[in-house]
Amino acid sequence: MARTEAARKPVLGGRMANHAWVGVTPAEPAKRLSLRAPAESVASLSRTLGLKLPERPKQSVLKGDRAALWLGPDEWLLIDRAESNLDAAVDRVRVFHSAVDVSHRNVGILVEGQGAEATIAAGCPQDVSLQAFPVGACSRTVLGKIEIVLWRTGEAQFRVECWRSFADYAFTLLAEAARDANG
Amino acid sequence: MLLIRCPYCEEERPELEFRHAGEAHLVRPSNITEMSDEDFEGYFFIRQNPKGLVYERWRHVHGCARFFNAVRDTVSDKFVMTYKAGEKKPVIKGAAE
Amino acid sequence: MTAPFRIAGKGRLTPARVARFTFDGAGYAGLEGDTLASALLANGVHLVGRSFKYHRPRGFLSAGAEEPNALVGIHRDAARKTPNVRATVQELYDGLTAVSQNRWPSLKMDVGAVNDLASPFFSAGFYYKTFMWPKAAWKHLYEPQIRSAAGLGVAPDQPDPDHYAARYAHCDVLVVGGGAAGLAAALSAAEAGARVIIADEQAELGGALRFETGTNIEGKDGWAWASESAARLAAMDNVRLLTRTTAFGYYAQNFVGLVERVSDHLAAPLPDLPRERLWQVRARRVVLATGAIERHMVFPDNDRPGVMLASAARTYLNHYGVAVGKAVGVYTANDSAYHAAIDLKKAGVHVAAIVDLRDNPQGPAVDEARGLGIEISAGRAVTGVSGRQRISAMTVQPKNGGASRTIPVDALLTSAGWTPSVHLFSQSRGKVAFDEAGRRFLPGTYVQDCVSVGACNGTDELGALLGEAAIAGHAAAKAAGIKVGRVAKPKASTGERWAGGMLGAAPGAGADSKAKAFVDFQNDVTAKDIRQAVREGMRSIEHVKRFTTNGMATDQGKTSNLHGLAIAAETLGKPIPEVGLTTFRAPYTPVTFGAIVNHARGSLFDPTRRTAMHGWAEAQGAVFEDVGQWKRAWYFPRAGEDMHAAVDRECRTVRQSAGIFDASTLGKIEVVGPDAATFMELLYTNPWQKLAPGRCRYGIMLREDGFIYDDGVVGRLADDRFHVTTTTGGAARVMNHMEDYLQTEFPHLKVYLTSISEQWAVIAVQGPKSRDIIAPLVEGIDLSDAAMPHMSVREGRICGVPTRLFRMSFTGERGFEINVPADYGQAVWEAVWAEGEKHGACAYGTEAMHVLRAEKGYIIVGQETDGTVTPNDAGLDWAVGKKKTDFVGIRGLMRPDLVAPGRKQLVGLRTKDPKTVLEEGAQIVADPNQPVPMKMIGHVTSSYWSENCGHSIALALVADGRALTGKTLHVPMPDRTIEVEVTGTVFFDEKGERLDG
Repeated sequence: MARTEAARKPVLGGRMANHAWVGVTPAEPAKRLSLRAPAESVASLSRTLGLKLPERPKQSVLKGDRAALWLGPDEWLLIDRAESNLDAAVDRVRVFHSAVDVSHRNVGILVEGQGAEATIAAGCPQDVSLQAFPVGACSRTVLGKIEIVLWRTGEAQFRVECWRSFADYAFTLLAEAARDANG
Repeated sequence: MLLIRCPYCEEERPELEFRHAGEAHLVRPSNITEMSDEDFEGYFFIRQNPKGLVYERWRHVHGCARFFNAVRDTVSDKFVMTYKAGEKKPVIKGAAE
Repeated sequence: MTAPFRIAGKGRLTPARVARFTFDGAGYAGLEGDTLASALLANGVHLVGRSFKYHRPRGFLSAGAEEPNALVGIHRDAARKTPNVRATVQELYDGLTAVSQNRWPSLKMDVGAVNDLASPFFSAGFYYKTFMWPKAAWKHLYEPQIRSAAGLGVAPDQPDPDHYAARYAHCDVLVVGGGAAGLAAALSAAEAGARVIIADEQAELGGALRFETGTNIEGKDGWAWASESAARLAAMDNVRLLTRTTAFGYYAQNFVGLVERVSDHLAAPLPDLPRERLWQVRARRVVLATGAIERHMVFPDNDRPGVMLASAARTYLNHYGVAVGKAVGVYTANDSAYHAAIDLKKAGVHVAAIVDLRDNPQGPAVDEARGLGIEISAGRAVTGVSGRQRISAMTVQPKNGGASRTIPVDALLTSAGWTPSVHLFSQSRGKVAFDEAGRRFLPGTYVQDCVSVGACNGTDELGALLGEAAIAGHAAAKAAGIKVGRVAKPKASTGERWAGGMLGAAPGAGADSKAKAFVDFQNDVTAKDIRQAVREGMRSIEHVKRFTTNGMATDQGKTSNLHGLAIAAETLGKPIPEVGLTTFRAPYTPVTFGAIVNHARGSLFDPTRRTAMHGWAEAQGAVFEDVGQWKRAWYFPRAGEDMHAAVDRECRTVRQSAGIFDASTLGKIEVVGPDAATFMELLYTNPWQKLAPGRCRYGIMLREDGFIYDDGVVGRLADDRFHVTTTTGGAARVMNHMEDYLQTEFPHLKVYLTSISEQWAVIAVQGPKSRDIIAPLVEGIDLSDAAMPHMSVREGRICGVPTRLFRMSFTGERGFEINVPADYGQAVWEAVWAEGEKHGACAYGTEAMHVLRAEKGYIIVGQETDGTVTPNDAGLDWAVGKKKTDFVGIRGLMRPDLVAPGRKQLVGLRTKDPKTVLEEGAQIVADPNQPVPMKMIGHVTSSYWSENCGHSIALALVADGRALTGKTLHVPMPDRTIEVEVTGTVFFDEKGERLDG
């Protein structure tokens, strides 16, 4: 006998840090897959996903609600904001690959505003200027003392993804950094 | 903090993204159970640790997560080159065999 | 209100903006834009501190970061008390409160000054030689006394309420120093299109143009050009201009640390403003334009308040509009001090005389001074001064001896020449070279991608300096990959020359003199001390430095190093380059811990990881323990329960009914691909090929040396998919270990690994009622023993959300581990809890978990194992696939020592007194009566009171332990020896019937 569905409790529920120059807010829940595949499987997977998996370092492809972020030579993070049934789609692909649901493993944090770059630069040692990290660029990297995936979704917009139990640290650090990101 | 060129990401990245992983070009024998005690000792325990140029493994653990190889000078701390795992050991003048 | 030494019409401060401040309780008025030093001098205050060792009265030596003397405490409020602030750097704000240091009871009447009279006892190496005997006195008498007397300033006694920020920055060209050279280099690089960062420690850019007069650059007054250039740079998108920012450290590959003082100059900083900001800059090219620092003359009593550097007096006059005295003397060995005399004279200050050590000084500066009617006393030396707390006269003598003459002065400006600031160049591992003609060290061999320009490179003439800097900036942009056009060199003119001068002690402070002629002011090192160090056998300059402490204070010898070196070289009878310079180390100037730590305080010191159910446990009053970065519920005390009572109840309840446990922190790895089973075979000792989908197995992972590395239950979800669990602490390293083998040893295998530790919240339900508790919540899974036996895994739904449901047990009871997507963890837990309450279940924590598993003899990796334990040692030989031909560790297990007899084996221990609980880590001996040191044959790895057994239980590693079953052994403790009996490792339900109970 099943009950009503258990309620979802996002780890950053209610957190917010807004300034005139930058806002730090939790991203909405999303469907995420960790996709692993060798080069020979990429074409087939791209067809099924309806977007071309990027094959160059730091690149992402965004189509509609669905994005594929290059994390390594055989690794992508798929994020589907529509929470569509990505796994089922990928399951149909016969070529060698691994697709693992990490929707709840990762938490997204949006850093948006003219101070976004400075906010990220408080903890991320990579060059996140527009020249080195243009719109669409993505990378696994570090933020302070934790690992994150950094994705630039606009000139003044970043999405930070980290593991669930590190979300409090990431958010707190970004919120602290945001105070100092005015200029 | 060093800058290390990841051969998979094809750019220099901050050392914070990397982790050192010991001497490079040590191949685990497929017939490992047939090794003599001396050979196993040499394979598993003995390391060269020369002063100067070393062949070593790194992992871009907080980046593309790949293991790769590097030639680094332990005196100047400078990287001579990095290359992908599985690629042939490059011959570098002055490096220990 | 007019401060008595402020000269109307001089300087660049706006007179209308008054800032009031106090120094040692006395109120003064300064101007906004003043430093604390210029404001005090404007009020005629020279005495500002006491020296470190002799407590001699001290005034201002400099007008900048090199200041060794004028260290004060700045007190904003009870928690904000900053010691050792250089008054020459601290900008004035309205309401500033400063106090002097290193004096008692007051600055003017200091008891510690008796040290000055006793100074023969405080000579070089004093500490090393004096406190040798009796030996015991060091710890109890000398050290506490010395420690209480030592140190400058008083550390704040409250937590720092300020916050500090940090920023990583990347650029094509980093220019350190914003004087004429730095500005020209930055302009040239920025106009070529390079991304430029220019940093300067002052509030405004301009460097030496701050005090130089008569300079003309691009047809403008030098300072005006600097201000306009700075404004131009600040307006460029590709330039970041940082003022009040010191480059303190130059690290590998052009990684440079800067600290920006953001709000120390503000009367009321806004709350979001950090106090300081640490910049970690990575630059393709670095241009060092760090300038030069003037050296003082080394002559008797050269530390008296009123004696200061000539350039400092010029700065106070030309920038701040402050005269440092009413009757000023000048003592020099080079031209540049003449300009101070000229400027002061033109401002209406009486210049009593210029005493020049050179016999026949010539040149435009000399002519101009003479033309203004200033007396030039050439070939003479200042051999002493009068006045303790402020000088009143200088004694002038021919440099080779002769009749002396006393000239009344209230300030004495000295210049022995200029020392190029090669600190950062040297930190970059560059090698300096001695420039014999200029008597100075200059950048020699470069190791990093940097270039020195201007005064720090020995280029003193303004026009040459600007040209050199512009070319360097241009070249740096080009080297950084920018397409550049032609370089534009600013045109300039000046009459000033800075080269030349002298190193070492001046006449009157020679080898025959007992006078105190200070080389290092902050550490009270005299010329005599350095000679003595050499006489006592110090040959290396590094030894001289440590023996005398020359250059070791917070100013790091900025004014003293070269003098000290020259005196040592002279005493050794060697040329200066043979004696060599001491190594420059970071930081260039002191850096606060606040800036270094920046955001990493409080909850950001280290990540605290919490599970999805943390909030529930907290609300229930759970006590947490730290497991790595995780907070884990340790036990759940109810009203009136202590830890033991709570743990006993939890242990009892699990075996009587059921317990619910948060197992979310266990590492989880999804292993996917057609070769998944083959990979598992290689990484674990167990066989996996034949494990059917839907079944689980306890796996052991070894390192190549044969020792246990990790363990955990592995479920096979499909032919090509395993759900692997690891220990909590092992999660990251096991993943790394597996990736290492997959990527580098077995790259041919078609398998991928994904960490899913945090995808799933894990709710363990253990106990005879476990199935009854979860049954109403589970959909689509047959929970009967036949359909879902012990060690199986099913996918279905619970509470309407997906689950991976494991039937497994770490308690020996029937048990389940419910994996649900983490965001659902708390809701599912609450649903399970509600069902559990109907059956009298409890929540249990890690302590009960440990006891329950120990009752069953289940090991914990890292507790029973320590990196030297094999599966056989741990009694787990059954988990090693005997037919396997390869797995990581297979060869290690064959090593002679690993198969030799006498290895420590895991056994159980029961104390003869059932109530006695052994201490974990306690050593075990066979014969308690043997002489000390006893032969220790093993140690206790786990020990608990077992409520379910009614006696204490322990696991231990004992040499050949399994053969000792039934024997009595002994655990010697400080107060008694405990008798124990060796048993099997399973204390409860030895037959394992309860797994299906």
